[in-house]
Amino acid sequence: MFGYEFFVDPSRCIGCKACENACAECDTHRGAPMIHVDFIDRRETIATVPTVCMHCDEPTCAEVCPADAIKKTEDGIVQSSLKPRCVACSNCVLACPFGVPKMMSALEQMQKCDMCYDRTSEGLRPMCATVCPSQALAYVRPERLAGRREWPTNVFQFGNQTVTTKVFMMVPASETALAVDVVDYMWEGRA
Amino acid sequence: MARPPLPVEALLERWGPHRNDAPPGGFAEQSRRPPDRLVKTHCCFCGQQCGIQLKVRDDQVVGFEPWEEFPFNRGMLCPKGVRRYLQNAHPDRLLSPLMRTETGFREAGWEEALDFTARRLREIQERHGKDAVAVYGGASLTTEKAYLLGKFARLALGTRHIDYNGRLCMVSAGTAYKLAFGIDRSPNPWYDIPRAQVVFVIGANVAECSPITTDYIWRCRDNGGKLIVADPRLTPITRNADLYLPVRPGTDLALLLAMLHVVLRDGLEDRAFIQAHTTGFEAVAESVKAWDPRRAADVTGVPPDAIEQAARWFAEADRAMALHARGLEHHTKGVENCLAVVNLCLATGQIGREGAGCNMITGQGNGQGGREHGQKCDQLPGQRSIGDPAARAHVARVWGVSPEEIPQAGWSAQEIMEAIHRGEIKGLLSICFNPLVSLPDSGFTREALEKLEFFGVIEFFLSETAHHADVVLAGSLQEEEEGVTCSVEGRVIHIQRAVPPPANARADSWIVCELAKRLGQAERFAFASPREIFEELREASRGGVADYYGITYEKIDAQMGVFWPCPTLDHPGTPRLFEGGRFHHPDGRAKFQETEWRASGDPPDEHFPVLLTTGRVVSHYLSGTQTRRIGPLLDQYPEPQVEIHPRLAEQHGIADGDWVTVATRRAEMTLQASVVRTIRPDTVFIAYHWAGARSANQLTHRSLDPRSKIPEFKVSACRLSRAAKPPAWAPRRKVALPVRRAD
Repeated sequence: MFGYEFFVDPSRCIGCKACENACAECDTHRGAPMIHVDFIDRRETIATVPTVCMHCDEPTCAEVCPADAIKKTEDGIVQSSLKPRCVACSNCVLACPFGVPKMMSALEQMQKCDMCYDRTSEGLRPMCATVCPSQALAYVRPERLAGRREWPTNVFQFGNQTVTTKVFMMVPASETALAVDVVDYMWEGRA
Repeated sequence: MARPPLPVEALLERWGPHRNDAPPGGFAEQSRRPPDRLVKTHCCFCGQQCGIQLKVRDDQVVGFEPWEEFPFNRGMLCPKGVRRYLQNAHPDRLLSPLMRTETGFREAGWEEALDFTARRLREIQERHGKDAVAVYGGASLTTEKAYLLGKFARLALGTRHIDYNGRLCMVSAGTAYKLAFGIDRSPNPWYDIPRAQVVFVIGANVAECSPITTDYIWRCRDNGGKLIVADPRLTPITRNADLYLPVRPGTDLALLLAMLHVVLRDGLEDRAFIQAHTTGFEAVAESVKAWDPRRAADVTGVPPDAIEQAARWFAEADRAMALHARGLEHHTKGVENCLAVVNLCLATGQIGREGAGCNMITGQGNGQGGREHGQKCDQLPGQRSIGDPAARAHVARVWGVSPEEIPQAGWSAQEIMEAIHRGEIKGLLSICFNPLVSLPDSGFTREALEKLEFFGVIEFFLSETAHHADVVLAGSLQEEEEGVTCSVEGRVIHIQRAVPPPANARADSWIVCELAKRLGQAERFAFASPREIFEELREASRGGVADYYGITYEKIDAQMGVFWPCPTLDHPGTPRLFEGGRFHHPDGRAKFQETEWRASGDPPDEHFPVLLTTGRVVSHYLSGTQTRRIGPLLDQYPEPQVEIHPRLAEQHGIADGDWVTVATRRAEMTLQASVVRTIRPDTVFIAYHWAGARSANQLTHRSLDPRSKIPEFKVSACRLSRAAKPPAWAPRRKVALPVRRAD
């Protein structure tokens, strides 16, 4: 859908799993959700976070695939592995920095979130972002987010690897990129 | 004798709850055979009444599609909405009337079942008087069904005693708003919430019980608004609260009195508004003098400075809204709690404007509409009082009877169960109510049910209560009969008949009319369709508080819902009440009401030192009759657990996942501990959606609010101990706690 972008804002998530349930309803993966909601640490907090595929500009999953089975479409959507090529080795599952691809052992194929290609190609929003009752997952025009306390970023630092993504993460307005590792803050890493 | 004909285990084995996990034919069938049609209607679960499209194939509901044009939820749904379609084409669905036998239930024809039901009801009434029979209704019924049921009880049976499960839901707020404002409805449309500068949520687990409202609150914060949350638990929306008030269960009133104390002490009240639009202010002002924040802190457990801050934010904002739900209502002072919120809004002039007002979040599917048109024990259609001679005359004229034929007010839901237990009520007809799970002190409820001489139910699944029935009339699901409901905002919306009732099941309204015929009232129940019932309802409500006269099905469709009151056909409806400070009492003023502090009805002592509070989780609805049959919703929260703070858990040597026995003065139950820092250490929480040994309502008590007659589900005294062994129902392996990520 032209002009629309996908935004993830964990601070809005209420852990209801409407997204997981709705994803599982898709005809193409029949009962299995391609996204997930984590309770960070239920003992300590009610904080939860939804995870969808971030659709990396240079997808690690595709880079580590020995069978060249993972393709990205022209509009930047990283797809499930091509069934005839996939050898079900799980390299992608292990390598993805966001923990997205799933090995469907019964199918011997990696499947993952494709941002509801079937829906967006028909002018419909992705299912999870449509139903999400807190809009922690939102598929909207970026101007809709103007004036928010949070700010979208699509630059993630994992150690020495910088990942840029199609999907945006809402972060505190002071942050321009999200770094998650001590290494990211060390002088040695920048030399 | 209404004991179950078989051991409960055998009944559960035959009639469920069993799981349904996939649409008819499985998911593969979906891609092979696309749906025949999409039906724009509303979710059956909860008072948000989200717009949803149901996929229909071969007259079965096989899936859903968001309905993005419906303005309230714009496509958003919670997990219950996403999976609601799985209740249709369900293996447990009752497909024919059932008659009780020595060894269980047998299928019966409609003539036999209806004749038997009418005959037994009449026999009891002939022997013991009209009022020896009672009717239970429910707030998940369409407004047409609720209206019909009220008329049925009063004319066809001639009993005083009809009440409904909304008695466990909204009646404290409804009573409070009627006293203060002269009308029982939330004053603001929900699109006001993002326009408020302060939203004060008290006693409402918004994220789990009214999930769509979360987005409205988040948008308020996007606009720079502040969020205040008062709750004994850090519910999910508190993750973004600007101020959290950890109120001890049963003490909300003290918190609210202290907030008003601060407002008046510091001169933050709106004198002009109070003078122009209210009465009774001085007495209330006097009554809060004693409630300084320091005293309130000792009672509520909320720090004095937090009380001060909350009061100042609320009073100083140009536009502030209060949202409240069962957390305030389920108390023996539930009405007072709600009145204290009302008083706070009146004193600060936070009402009757865009982004300003106090609002109750109704819980059940038709929680609002189900209480407007005559299935409450003291009301006639249009929110009219049954004791009001003018109201009786109006409704009598519409019904074609003399006013004397309409019985006077009867007993409320819990009072009816008490009367059954005393042997005064001997026959019961129930629809859309599962009292064995949802009424307090379920041991008492079971004893009462066993005393009934006749018990008939209209149901689509065999509920635990229906185990006690003599006859089960196979009725309809929400998607099987057209009608209207009224949502949390006061918006009347159109429920479509997406599919017909399956096999030999029948529409609920047909069943009620057929019974009326057999009770000699064919003429007054000659309704061929819900539309005809609605047309009569419009007339019956005309001129009343809840005036539906100007509402038609077509107008609802054209406007995406009509907010009542809507007195004439060219009236657009009334999204916002009290604009210009006009209230619904004859003098146009709102009435401040004094609220007296008192302790809860089951106070803690040395033997029962811990507070038990009960409530809901996001994946289940009410007594679970529907959601415990939907596999993915069950997986999300498979069994009840008890939430315990680590500090309290440590005192009892309880670790996360341990089996814990929770005992109250009535009963005890054993369930798994969920040790979390998100609850007060003097309080434990159990969700109430399960039956039998898993039922939280084994533990709760039967004390009622004297005015609203709501039970005090939110406070019981209890004690904890680590259980020596798991209960009989425990799964062999440890159940997956919802904290675990499902792979």
